[in-house]
Amino acid sequence: MYAVVMRTAAQTQFQYRTANYAYMLGMIAEPVIYLVVWSVVARSQGGAVEGITAGEFAAYYIVWTLVRNMNIVFTPFGWEERIRTGEMSAMLVRPVHPIHYDLAFFAGWKFVVIVMWLPIAAVLVLIFRPTFDVNALEVGVFLIAIWGAYLIRSLLLWVLGMVTFWTTRVSALYELYFTAELLLSGRLLPLALLPGWAVTVSDVLPFKYTFGYPIEVLAGDLSTAELFIGLGLQAVWIAVGALLVAAVWRIGVRRYSAVGN
Amino acid sequence: MSPLLKSPRRLRLAGTFLQIGAMNELQYRVNFFLSLVQSVVAVSTALAVLALVFSHTDSLGGWSSDELLVVMGVYVLMGGLIRSVIQPNMQQLMTDVEQGTLDYVLTKPEDAQLLVSVRRFQIWQGVDVFVGLALIGVALVRVSEPVDIGSALGFALALVLGALDIYCFWLILTTGAFWVTRVDFIIELFDGMYQAGRWPVTIYPGWLRISFTFLVPLGFAVTVPAQALTGRLSGWLLLGAVAFTALLMAFTRWFWRCGLKNYSGASA
Repeated sequence: MYAVVMRTAAQTQFQYRTANYAYMLGMIAEPVIYLVVWSVVARSQGGAVEGITAGEFAAYYIVWTLVRNMNIVFTPFGWEERIRTGEMSAMLVRPVHPIHYDLAFFAGWKFVVIVMWLPIAAVLVLIFRPTFDVNALEVGVFLIAIWGAYLIRSLLLWVLGMVTFWTTRVSALYELYFTAELLLSGRLLPLALLPGWAVTVSDVLPFKYTFGYPIEVLAGDLSTAELFIGLGLQAVWIAVGALLVAAVWRIGVRRYSAVGN
Repeated sequence: MSPLLKSPRRLRLAGTFLQIGAMNELQYRVNFFLSLVQSVVAVSTALAVLALVFSHTDSLGGWSSDELLVVMGVYVLMGGLIRSVIQPNMQQLMTDVEQGTLDYVLTKPEDAQLLVSVRRFQIWQGVDVFVGLALIGVALVRVSEPVDIGSALGFALALVLGALDIYCFWLILTTGAFWVTRVDFIIELFDGMYQAGRWPVTIYPGWLRISFTFLVPLGFAVTVPAQALTGRLSGWLLLGAVAFTALLMAFTRWFWRCGLKNYSGASA
């Protein structure tokens, strides 16, 4: 079932390559802005901030663009539409849990995204001259970690989206969630630049395993132990996410049938 | 020069549309609180980012943190203007071109560019205009260098010019809809690029700075007004902004006419 949905998604999205490209280009602005700001800071501080040089910032934010693309999953904002239009009813009568459909669809899309990302990455590398120091192990761990990040973010946002079963006034809640994610995941800035207490907070939250950790596997300087501990904690968060999805879904879907009647 | 400023009758027309838009939106008062929450979250995040950057440095490209707060205030203010006035009108125009309903605008006895620019207002999004003004106020108190009347006037003029530049930029992009029809991705693209205005364009490397000044007029829309308030604006730069805006408006007018010629309507 996964193979079929993934293939369909890849083929569909490939037809919308112009729109996909425009979307990706719009997204490039975000890391480029952060990169410029931190490079300016690094230069004014004599070449490095907390030991991170301009070239390392460039590496960080270029890997960021791929990780960000891997992190595009079914948005919690989509839940309202699904419930309002009754699309959810159709999903309920299918023989598999609806999350499998979302997971497969977005996973298939990723292959299109990765192919389209390569030329963008090449241009960014030429412009910003990153410094990379990668070995085969890091590449291997990275290839697993980006899918780990994809799963964690898919599952957690699915749980967040299910709040719509109870109330449709959810935008304020979503804003808070995404703000916390922005600041504590490594999306806005490498986590090493946060104040000490914030680093501690980010360690016990799942956010950093969707941005900071996979990025640093490739762009940072993690020890072999740190590489594998990271993968292990990703596995833990995937398990937590899966349990939450299962539990919240069981309670929430009852609410849904109540609304439908 | 501009069709918008030609006669008081046209201003009255715009006023009437604004009134209708406001009345429409007043029905949905909850949206005011939603906009307010969004605005507060966005501004707090931006303040946190500013604090993080300045925990590692004392100045960014020659700007102090209080001066960057002025930039942020202008950025928020202009963003509110864009989302409450410019973007709703342009989105409506995109829909009308796609569905052919622009016919109804073209058959009215008034300049079509004026009509498509003043039809929709989302007043609640205008919350950001006031949040932006408040930020600028706080920042100016903290900078504690009094703003003389010349700078204040320069700021007001730069702000109007900047808003006109952004309007022209949006209309040029939207006019593209006459040729390619589906341009809704422009909104994503613009939102992404607009974020660059959060920081003064002077910190960007050369080619980006030029793009963010002339290609996407963020420099004129955000940085120049902020420069006026922080004693960085020369008369020449302001004159340059006037000239640029005049040229851009003339070009937009011409491009819009070309686009209209290409419009075939719903039934044709």
